[in-house]
Amino acid sequence: MKLDSKVPSGPIEKRWEKHKFDMKLVNPANKRKFKILVVGSGLAGGSAAATLAELGYDVHCFCVQDSPRRAHSIAAQGGINAAKNYQNDGDSVYRLFYDTVKGGDFRSRESNVYRLAQVSVNIIDQCVAQGVPFAREYGGLLANRSFGGAQVSRTFYARGQTGQQLLLGAYSGLNRMIDEGKVKMHTRTEMLDIVLVDGHARGIITRDLVTGDIKRWAADAVVLASGGYGNVFYLSTNAKNSNVTAAFRAYKRGAGFANPCFTQIHPTCIPVSGGFQSKLTLMSESLRNDGRVWVPRDKARATDPPRTIPEEERYYYLEERYPSFGNLVPRDVASRAAKKVCDDGYGVAMHEVDGQRNAVYLDFSAAIERDGRDAIADRYGNLFEMYERITGESPYETPMRIYPAVHYTMGGLWVDYNLMSNLPGLHVLGEANFSDHGANRLGASALMQGLADGYFVIPYTIGNYLATEHAGPVTESHPAFEAAESEVRTKTQKLLALSGTTPVDQFHRELGKIMWDYCGMARTAEGLNKALELIPALRERFWKEATVPGNADELNPWLEYAGRVADFMEYAEMMVRDALERDESCGGHFREEHQSEEGEAVRRDDEYAHASVWEYQGEGEKPKLHKEPMKFEYVKLTTRSYK
Amino acid sequence: MKIKLNVWRQSGPKDSGGLKSYDIEVTEHMSFLEMFDVLNEQLLKNPSKHPEGPVAFDHDCREGICGMCSMVIDGVPHGPNKATTTCQLHMRSYKDGDEITVEPFRAKAFPVLRDLVVDRNSFDRIQQAGGYISVRTGAAPDANAIAIGKADADDAFDYAACIGCGACVAACPNASAMLFVGAKVSHLAKVPQGQVERNERVLRMVDTMDGEGFGGCTNHGECEASCPKAISLDAIAMLNSELARAAISSAK
Ligand SMILES: Cc1cc2nc3c(=O)[nH]c(=O)nc-3n(C[C@H](O)[C@H](O)[C@H](O)COP(=O)(O)OP(=O)(O)OC[C@H]3O[C@@H](n4cnc5c(N)ncnc54)[C@H](O)[C@@H]3O)c2cc1C
Ligand code: SF4
Ligand code: FES
Repeated sequence: MKLDSKVPSGPIEKRWEKHKFDMKLVNPANKRKFKILVVGSGLAGGSAAATLAELGYDVHCFCVQDSPRRAHSIAAQGGINAAKNYQNDGDSVYRLFYDTVKGGDFRSRESNVYRLAQVSVNIIDQCVAQGVPFAREYGGLLANRSFGGAQVSRTFYARGQTGQQLLLGAYSGLNRMIDEGKVKMHTRTEMLDIVLVDGHARGIITRDLVTGDIKRWAADAVVLASGGYGNVFYLSTNAKNSNVTAAFRAYKRGAGFANPCFTQIHPTCIPVSGGFQSKLTLMSESLRNDGRVWVPRDKARATDPPRTIPEEERYYYLEERYPSFGNLVPRDVASRAAKKVCDDGYGVAMHEVDGQRNAVYLDFSAAIERDGRDAIADRYGNLFEMYERITGESPYETPMRIYPAVHYTMGGLWVDYNLMSNLPGLHVLGEANFSDHGANRLGASALMQGLADGYFVIPYTIGNYLATEHAGPVTESHPAFEAAESEVRTKTQKLLALSGTTPVDQFHRELGKIMWDYCGMARTAEGLNKALELIPALRERFWKEATVPGNADELNPWLEYAGRVADFMEYAEMMVRDALERDESCGGHFREEHQSEEGEAVRRDDEYAHASVWEYQGEGEKPKLHKEPMKFEYVKLTTRSYK
Repeated sequence: MKIKLNVWRQSGPKDSGGLKSYDIEVTEHMSFLEMFDVLNEQLLKNPSKHPEGPVAFDHDCREGICGMCSMVIDGVPHGPNKATTTCQLHMRSYKDGDEITVEPFRAKAFPVLRDLVVDRNSFDRIQQAGGYISVRTGAAPDANAIAIGKADADDAFDYAACIGCGACVAACPNASAMLFVGAKVSHLAKVPQGQVERNERVLRMVDTMDGEGFGGCTNHGECEASCPKAISLDAIAMLNSELARAAISSAK
């Protein structure tokens, strides 16, 4: 596998400009002759499909939901970063770049991150022009907030529904192109394989989720924007349909998978309340701007009503341990600190799960006293309501109870500067790629990346591929399509033949527990090795004991789900392998063997300043590891400190 | 607690379907959809007793924002709680021994695909008929070039909060989509960027809405009452006035 990052030379601030000039263009009259398949209609896929169609390409877009507007991006709450410096508080493209590289704990590619910071400003312009109703000040200008520990206010937001409003913006752009006949949208259609011809990605195989029809699609390039793989943990804040299938099947066809062990655990989620729990709900990070995190100093008082515990008996552990950042430390630091106090027995959850009360308080009483209930309601009203609906407790009256949960995946398919994987023609955008966030993503940067990739990067770079490397027409009758289709059919039949007695859901829960216990917030070689035994054993049971009802030629949600869980079962093993191989702590990857005396993560830059890229070697074979070294020419490698 | 569930079962678009009863044990902390997870587990584990198989239902985010869940609970889309989607409803709203009837969203323009799953692509087709501002990527002026008063921006947001679930249609005796269409038309009419295409937009969207087989509005107000995002009936008033405005200007 060749990993050529194709990063342009020259000073970093000129690279993208230079690259745009150097890239070959497709003649406007020829664009409509190129067919591009976009898998995914979230921020990344939706914006890409709309923009590529505007340029004149013949675009087909696919999603598994009944409408492109329902992609998981819709659920993002807090906001989107952009280096506009509208607040005149010292922000700049360089500062956003710097913060992102440092926040990612020095495991991302500098040039990609710089470009991301550069185009961030265009995103906001684009969204406002589409009618996205961002929050505004009384004077009518756009409002900003500081988010996730950033020391400048660069986050744009639309109440607690920023993802929804941005996605509806991208959806409206997509609708415009559908209206003009330039995008053909295929809803409830799942991509089940990609098709390679002469090593190039030249099409996909899909299943129509309503009729069960399996179909071949030949094209000139494929764009994957299928989201993240957080649901490998079963319980996560991701939507239930989020999956690794599209990315994993591309991996099985030879695309490198980078840094699978880099997952983000979000510190402020509603705790698990029982074994029936089907998903976890995020409480926006913006809450940490006004909420104070604490647990009782006395373990014996964990179940006492929080308001009965006097001020001096409250342990504000973030404020004490990190005096300068306090409650606003980055996500990975906040999450581990919460785990630590709960592991030490200070947890305050309403329900005990596995003998522990996993929750800490997030308290708004000081903020309500300072700013008044109305001001707090204006800022967080919808989040407080959401919390109360789920837990039955009002955060105006009693502190919220929160605990970390799986939220985002920094790992993904390897891509070069052009967002193309090592398979020519296969481009990967948004959460599905690995490019910009290193080992830890800063709050409000995923929305930025998805839209940067879709609106402002792929429209340029795909043209270069089509003008230089792309090799002539291919049709659906090519034998490679025949072969891929027949594999998809066989796999479908194999799943439908499962006639045990255990619902697939149960295996997914068990897998999630293994991953959370051994490949979650804290990892050890011993635990990871154990997971490497447990996962194959679980997989074996799955193929013997699971049950999948119904038929192939009908709407069959259990068949869809079984296919995704089967992929997670294999994918999980690669993740664990990656976590085991990366014998250091960095960002969201915390190896207990590598921590300072105060329990902070210790990186090993001499050995691990690289992206680990895994190459598929066949069924049951250990994947092969490749490395792309990460060089830091601009941001000096330093230890992250938030003290 | 024990719940008796009467669930609409329909194996496919051509089947006529009917209600089937199930007894189920739940806890108050479960969400309404988690109750269906538990039910489906029961049905899956005992295929000989339940040849009809598990219940198909649409869901995704399970936190009230994607608009995918679509159940009519005891005759009310999204159930008894105000401004709450089905997925946000929790069993603490019920008590031991309750009997609950669950059916799909029903409307001519939302054909049932299976059990509780319906086809809402007609909503997308309405949005495709001009429910957008024609801006090409990269051609936008600086975001702060045009100030928008906070009041207008807040109003625009309130309308833009629609999740496209279709509860308004399912609640309406005429299966009218006026609230849904009004929400989009009002959102875009409230922002300066939306002015250029304002007239054409409302005419085309309403035309498509009629063509899809949605009914007219006769002021029942059921839509607002069951809307999980509390979109106000003002959206319908605004839709009517936008239509009148567009009609006058095209008559000129
Ligand atoms: C609760 C929550 C809150 C968040 N808040 C923020 C925030 O405030 N700020 C921020 O920056 N980030 C936030 N994030 C992260 C951010 O929302 C996501 O990373 C981002 O939206 C991902 O966008 P995407 O376009 O890459 O993928 P998605 O939006 O997940 O879209 C994936 C698309 O791919 C399709 N798809 C998947 N598999 C297939 C297949 N096999 N075949 C066909 N189609 C397929 C899906 O149908 C969907 O259309 C949040 C995430 C969560 C979970
Ligand atoms: S107006 Fe309300 S009920 Fe109708 S689709 Fe929108 S959110 Fe759903
Ligand atoms: S499942 Fe998303 S709104 Fe109910």
